[in-house]
Amino acid sequence: MSYLARRLLTFPLILLGVSLLVFFSIRLIPGDAITAMLGTEAGLLTPAQRQALAAYFGIDQPVVVQYGRWLTGLLRGDLGVSVTYGRPVLDVILERFPLTLELALLSMLIALAVGVPAGVLAATRKEKASDVGIRVLAMLGQSTPNFVVGLLIIYILSVYFGFIPAMGAFTSLWVDPFANLGQLIFPAITLGFAFAASVTRISRSAMLDVLSDDYIRTARSKGAPGRSVIWHHALPNALIPVVTLSGVEFGYLLGGAVIVEQIFALPGLGRLTLDAIAQRDYALVQGSVLFIAFNFLIVNLLVDLAYAALDPRIRLGAR
Amino acid sequence: MSRLLSVRDLRVGFGRRPEAAPVVKGVSFDLEAGETLAIVGESGSGKSVTALSVNRLVDFGGGRIVAGDMAFTRADGSVLDLRQARGRDLNRIRGREISMIFQEPMTSLNPVHTIGAQIEEAFRLSRGLRGAAAHKAALEALERVRIPDAETRLRYYPHQLSGGMRQRVMIAMALAGNPRLLIADEPTTALDVTVQAQIMALLAELKAQLGMAMIFITHDIGLVAGVADKVLVMQDGVAVEQGALDQVLDAPQHAYTQHLLRAVPHFSGGRAVRDDAPQAGARHAIVAVRDLSVRFPFGRSVFGRSAGAIHAVEGVGFDIVRGETLAIVGESGSGKSTTARAMLGLVDVHRGRIETSDAESRRPVQMVFQDPFASLNPRMTVDSILAEPAIAAGRKQDAELRERMLFLLGKVGLAEDALLRYPHQFSGGQRQRLCIARALMLNPDVVVLDEAVSALDVSVQAKVLDLLVDLQEEFGLAYLFISHDMAVVERIAHRVAVMYAGEIVEIGSARNVLGQPQHSYTKRLIAAVPGIELRRQHYALDSSAVPSLVRERGYEPPEARWRDLGNDHRVRLEDE
Amino acid sequence: MQIWRAILAHPTGRIGAAIIGLYILLALLGAVGLTPHDPLQQFRIDRLKPPSGTYWMGTDLFGRDTASRLMVGIGQSFIIAFASVGLAALAGSIIGLLAGWWGGVADGVLMRIMDVLLSFPAILLALLIIAIVGPGTFTSVAAIAIVYTPIFARVVRGPTLSLKRREFVDAARTFGSSQRYILSHHLLLNLVAPLTVQVTLALAWALLTEAGLSFLGLGTQPPAPSLGLMMSEARNLMQQAPWLLAFPGLTIMLGILGFNLFGDALRDILDPRSQERSS
Repeated sequence: MSYLARRLLTFPLILLGVSLLVFFSIRLIPGDAITAMLGTEAGLLTPAQRQALAAYFGIDQPVVVQYGRWLTGLLRGDLGVSVTYGRPVLDVILERFPLTLELALLSMLIALAVGVPAGVLAATRKEKASDVGIRVLAMLGQSTPNFVVGLLIIYILSVYFGFIPAMGAFTSLWVDPFANLGQLIFPAITLGFAFAASVTRISRSAMLDVLSDDYIRTARSKGAPGRSVIWHHALPNALIPVVTLSGVEFGYLLGGAVIVEQIFALPGLGRLTLDAIAQRDYALVQGSVLFIAFNFLIVNLLVDLAYAALDPRIRLGAR
Repeated sequence: MSRLLSVRDLRVGFGRRPEAAPVVKGVSFDLEAGETLAIVGESGSGKSVTALSVNRLVDFGGGRIVAGDMAFTRADGSVLDLRQARGRDLNRIRGREISMIFQEPMTSLNPVHTIGAQIEEAFRLSRGLRGAAAHKAALEALERVRIPDAETRLRYYPHQLSGGMRQRVMIAMALAGNPRLLIADEPTTALDVTVQAQIMALLAELKAQLGMAMIFITHDIGLVAGVADKVLVMQDGVAVEQGALDQVLDAPQHAYTQHLLRAVPHFSGGRAVRDDAPQAGARHAIVAVRDLSVRFPFGRSVFGRSAGAIHAVEGVGFDIVRGETLAIVGESGSGKSTTARAMLGLVDVHRGRIETSDAESRRPVQMVFQDPFASLNPRMTVDSILAEPAIAAGRKQDAELRERMLFLLGKVGLAEDALLRYPHQFSGGQRQRLCIARALMLNPDVVVLDEAVSALDVSVQAKVLDLLVDLQEEFGLAYLFISHDMAVVERIAHRVAVMYAGEIVEIGSARNVLGQPQHSYTKRLIAAVPGIELRRQHYALDSSAVPSLVRERGYEPPEARWRDLGNDHRVRLEDE
Repeated sequence: MQIWRAILAHPTGRIGAAIIGLYILLALLGAVGLTPHDPLQQFRIDRLKPPSGTYWMGTDLFGRDTASRLMVGIGQSFIIAFASVGLAALAGSIIGLLAGWWGGVADGVLMRIMDVLLSFPAILLALLIIAIVGPGTFTSVAAIAIVYTPIFARVVRGPTLSLKRREFVDAARTFGSSQRYILSHHLLLNLVAPLTVQVTLALAWALLTEAGLSFLGLGTQPPAPSLGLMMSEARNLMQQAPWLLAFPGLTIMLGILGFNLFGDALRDILDPRSQERSS
């Protein structure tokens, strides 16, 4: 467990690094927040008004002071106020987050449900037609950008079903599960496509590695039937790389799938950040990027816990 | 006796065209119920493939039986050709009628399941036991293989057990179905010699109890002497000789069998030691090691303090003398390799001195490592490999250097064209010769040989040993020879130090230490060595374990007390 | 060379090599102006023409020839991919090698910095860089390079850690070989194979990321043709002119597929462990 403890210790350090990086780098972005916020009307402001507005948002101070303030605010759970929305940053983020979380979960579910069985099947039928077929599909899946998949899905939907995704309010799962699923299923398939391809490839190669291990031979020498050898003896040993990959991909999806949100007109975290950068909404960019990095680290921690659950050598410490 | 298995003209191949280059080329043998057949051969002889063909596990390794038949008499008296058997029948035979144990106990158990679950599975598959009945059976099985505290151990995972313990678990599992045939594929090769003796004793005892037949695969003809009824000698996929044990060992017919019996070192209790030791007056130490301790701290906290240390080497001292071989023998974890590495500065020395005097070379100590495949950079050609020590010493790659390389290549018995080749183009024995040549590039006074012949096949091993002796005589080299193999040590050592749990427990001339061991551990070690001459001797069960080397922070061991037996023989006094 | 012969004998490596070869040829032709039409010229009377003898892959809303634009676009994508992966491989290898070799505190600090970079989603990090420096070819290169640097650092650090414990490194120490000699001869020489594989696979990913960036309008700026941008422009025309979507889409896919196939073949050939896995 000391490994996990060490992970937890580095956690705040990495977050600090992320916040430093974001805080100072967005201040390198040319143009200022007030001009970006008010557009051409900014030209009508008197210098005094401009000064007052800057003071209101706290961006009149030296950067280091701003950072200190922001950091102390952070410790109280205060991420500042968004210039664009005029509301606390955390509220804005949490409003967008359920969609992103649900989309990420749904994509991962699709990827694992398709990828693991496909990978296992391919590994056990090595060099047979089904293996070759699965490998070709997985290779294609891994080589297709998600906007190509997304646009293809939209093309099919619009030409054959006359359906066009429109920008609208996101329906929560708790309000109307069917409407919710209707909004998310195609984006999730789009994201799940390449994800499933990666899971398939890694499951296959991990299974092939494990199937040549000595303990598999032991299981066979005991007279264990093929199904039991694969699911009971081999798969638990092959899951670690699958968990690693899924964790990383899921972590990134929690950062918002900018392109897919764009194509399917979904108000998720990715678009929020994209817009915030365009708007020079410093507080919002800082807040959302930190939030995304935080999620990523949490997912990494969960992955480590999953390793421990899967492998007693990690759980109990190898000798 | 009744016929259990009759194998006729077995041919097995691998790959897309298995018949093109078979690995097993027409092997035939018979096995009666309750009988033990030993299949002996070197690596690549096809002995393991033959064994794996019997329970058809060879199919899963990409092999195919291309010809022959294997008539197996089942428990109900029906005879089945195992070559034609279908998958379902084979699953019913495996574990119930034919069981198997393997060479690598470290990797043969599933790391994610407890050993209890794995043994219970064997009982479920072979006898349909479930739940409490399976648990009880597993418990009894562990007790049968003499695992202490079995109830607790059932909840252990494989990585929490030592190699010897794991092999016992494998045996417990293999015997779950009361098989009529046990195939043992080099089951003790990966184990220490005293643990090997324990496992062999256990197998002999269980075999007598259960009356099962056994096929025992090994490269060590001395090992099977105690257990086998019949011996089959394999070379290049062919059974070159087979017959009753005494007949094959005492009157070998085939040249290869004779070679195996003659070329391979057999331990003879100090009677075969070298008698070319330097004269007493001419002895001067090139390297003197005094009170050497190596500790590996662990559990280091954020503040840099460690919770304790593994005392890998503790208070070790010896002299290395020109023209003489000092062997350090011991089992894994005894600290013998750490001592060697400390000599070369590869590990940090906690305390003690390594003094070099009277040396002629600038780097007087050089080393040859155990694994000839890992100690040569696979991406470098032999001439760059041999040039490296010289370049490190600041020399240019000139004609003189090339001369030296060719000279040494000749000395170790390799051709000149070796210079332009890569390590993978050589066999294990040739690679080890390259390593020796490399170690000699700088004209060292002492060569440390860390298990330098252990990874080699027995007949290759004998040739490399001869080479080492020749080089020693020609260049007046001193060797520090680290080994676990008593038979090899007997051949090359002038003096022997026995290490146990990080300390030297006995040191002296090879004849004295190997012939009249005084320390209880030395005695145990020597008694455990298998040998043809010891074949009538019965292994006694002994389950003593090596004490832990893990010590609390600040621990200092008590001072060692020695007894001098005179005539170059010292033994450490033991606690009463 | 031996390796080329092995790749050409590899069933899928051959296909990958052929695709990459074809793309490089097309890009070179595009670069020297040997396209069917001028990629920037607007044939006003020939707007949104379906594929034909004149316009092999049809024309877009401004009457520009899709095939010609694709050829130039491939070149653009390849330049960005090769430059960014080259930079990332160089920086990442140095960081990974030194972190692995030094170990201890230096390793900890370097790898935590890499963790910081890794904890950003790739596209987001690119967005941030682009917001600072403005979009364009150079920005795309820098953005993708920074995103992939930590990945290369990890890829190199792992084998470095295991290589430095190998017996041939111990042997080198016993001769007193210099640190520079050990790093160059014993470590780097043995890292060439895994690095080559990783570079090829990273090229596929870089193409993917570049396409994504230009799809979002953050990469190559119009009117210069780029594959992602072409798809993005075609989005609203998908019902009238599906070829505007199909051809760039297929072009991107096939290019990435080429590098993936090539990289997989390389891995099969260079990594003996995976040899029997997918021969």
